[in-house]
Amino acid sequence: MKEIFLKFKGSKTVLEAEVINPNVFAGKKLSEIENLTVYHGNRRAKLGEFFDVEGSTSEDARELRIVVEGDLEKVKRIGENMSEGEILIKGNAGMHTGDFMSGGRIVVEGNVASFCATEMKGGEFIVKGDAGDYLGSAYRGNWIGMQGGLIVVEGNVGRESCAHMSGGKAIIRGTAGDFAGVHMRKGTIIIEGKANRAGAQMIGGTIVILTNVDPLPSFELVGEESDIEVDGERFSGTFLKYIGDKAELRAKGTLYIRK
Amino acid sequence: MHYTDVVCTFCGTLCDDIEVTVEDNRIIDIRHACRVGASKFFKASDIKHRRTKPIIRENGREIEVSLEEAVEKASEILADAYRPLLYGWSSTTCEAIKYGVFLTDLVGGIMDNTATVCHGPSVLAFQEVGYPSCTLGEVKNRADLIIYWGSNPLHAHPRHLSRYSFYPRGFFRERGMQDRELIVIDVRRTDTAKIANKFIKVEQGKDYELVSALRYVLNGGVLKKDYVAGVSREEIYELVDKMKSCSFGVLFFGMGLTQSSGKHRTIDNAISLVRDLNRFTKFNIMMMRGHYNVTGSNEVLAWETGYPYAVDFSRGYPRYNPGETSAVDVLVRGEVDAALIIASDPVSHFPKEAVKHLLRIPYISIDAFYNATSMFAKVYIPTAVAGIECEGTAYRMDGVPIRVRKIIEPPEGVLSDEEVVRMIYEKTMEKIKERIEEEAAEKVIV
Repeated sequence: MKEIFLKFKGSKTVLEAEVINPNVFAGKKLSEIENLTVYHGNRRAKLGEFFDVEGSTSEDARELRIVVEGDLEKVKRIGENMSEGEILIKGNAGMHTGDFMSGGRIVVEGNVASFCATEMKGGEFIVKGDAGDYLGSAYRGNWIGMQGGLIVVEGNVGRESCAHMSGGKAIIRGTAGDFAGVHMRKGTIIIEGKANRAGAQMIGGTIVILTNVDPLPSFELVGEESDIEVDGERFSGTFLKYIGDKAELRAKGTLYIRK
Repeated sequence: MHYTDVVCTFCGTLCDDIEVTVEDNRIIDIRHACRVGASKFFKASDIKHRRTKPIIRENGREIEVSLEEAVEKASEILADAYRPLLYGWSSTTCEAIKYGVFLTDLVGGIMDNTATVCHGPSVLAFQEVGYPSCTLGEVKNRADLIIYWGSNPLHAHPRHLSRYSFYPRGFFRERGMQDRELIVIDVRRTDTAKIANKFIKVEQGKDYELVSALRYVLNGGVLKKDYVAGVSREEIYELVDKMKSCSFGVLFFGMGLTQSSGKHRTIDNAISLVRDLNRFTKFNIMMMRGHYNVTGSNEVLAWETGYPYAVDFSRGYPRYNPGETSAVDVLVRGEVDAALIIASDPVSHFPKEAVKHLLRIPYISIDAFYNATSMFAKVYIPTAVAGIECEGTAYRMDGVPIRVRKIIEPPEGVLSDEEVVRMIYEKTMEKIKERIEEEAAEKVIV
């Protein structure tokens, strides 16, 4: 696997760098990569003005790993639309990291800001730290959020993660903010910590919460199950099984809460 | 001089039956207006309370300058900025907002209006589930069940109850309030709750749970819990029965619901409740808008750009994502490097972190009244008060456009918001053209 190293030198205001993407980098020389357009506030600029570019390139995006270093909170849209290859972010990542990704793999060693992995269709999005709000959800006004792929967050996530989820799987090791899986219709969310108002207005899909929490009043208890298996994952212990969110007509979502 | 049918430009109710008496370009008497509206008319015509000369601040010194110099300085600040924020736009006319959109497009900035800290979440909810609404005229003539949720119109919109909702006699409600029922849902017994037929006290921040329980019962569910959000099961069933059995219901909601925990999801759920109720009867929902033209500000932005607030032009085309491009968020994250604040006072009302950043950057304040934001502005330009000293268009809270009138002359040399924003727009256009030409010339040399 070939590696390209990008070292962030800092910027005055937000930077939109959707060109940091194995699909775009593949088949380009380092000098060509330095000349790619990024958006610095309301002006156009070149990638090389903000990043030191090193390493070796590859013709094939699948053989390419991009390693980005630095505090990237101000850098938005890394890995947007990517379908192959790998991006490793050593530090915190900014908004919209991994939006619309359909394949490949993004690993963030720090935290990610809000609106990451929006409307993801495939691939893997792995966060070692915490994630902000709207992780893996839909863009404003859209009814279809994440449709496939895998999201793993080792820390906590903000509000409305996986809103309008329509497929795929999300695993959250910490706690989730309010409204995880709001308006969900398909897919699986596994939350190991606390989750308030999880599955609000859901009509399908499955949410498993491994901590005892109170569900919304519009969820109907159907019984207890022990040692459940959901989407290839096994969970031991006794779970309360709810169907909901019955505030919606014809809702068939499943909510498991550990007893 | 006696004027009739003057429009009061204070709150979103836009009362259009005010009578004003003017003598020597001063307002001496006002009829029909509420105390809040009347005080705005009196304050506007009392020049002692206003500053009428533009100001530039440099090195802590305040210099009174001509309008042209102030406009020159303002356009310099905007043309040099990488990520300018143009905020306010709710207490001014649609004509000024139109030039605001042109200006933001030109400088590649972010345009946001006060809805962002007000009914912004409601707007987000409409985009997901729609807005089953009506006009206030329909409420007056037809409504027999009026619910105010998280809203205290007796204080915030004093004439709302008497002009449109509860007291007036309407075409199908000939006996006025005797033909109607008023329910107030709030976290405390407000003055509106005291005159209501029924008051339901909801636990703070639990509005979402209450709406969910109402929808659950409406859709045939059986509530297991005795209390949801501090409201008893019996009260929930009774409320659902009332909502289902009325002939024309309307749910007015204010900040209490919009800014309650859950924000746009609470509104999303409340709108879904109203949508579900329409399977049984006619039911509507309406926002209680605060500023007199915040609706107009959303309308103008929506018809110019497709989005109602928090519109980002940084890449040359409009984009929209509240949370990313909304005024408070861009300020708190320190992204903005210049600002234009018009007809608004964020220094008094924004969170501390946002204000701290605003005070670090150069910004322009355009306002008829000298406020806390103007006190720290690099450039302050006074303008005429819309609806009193200049005319224009404003939108009432139900989306009805109303022409506001000019009844007195503005102080000498003071122009309307529309003219000032247009002047800044034209000057900034010149500056940006110069910059582009310079950059092109540099490239040729290289």
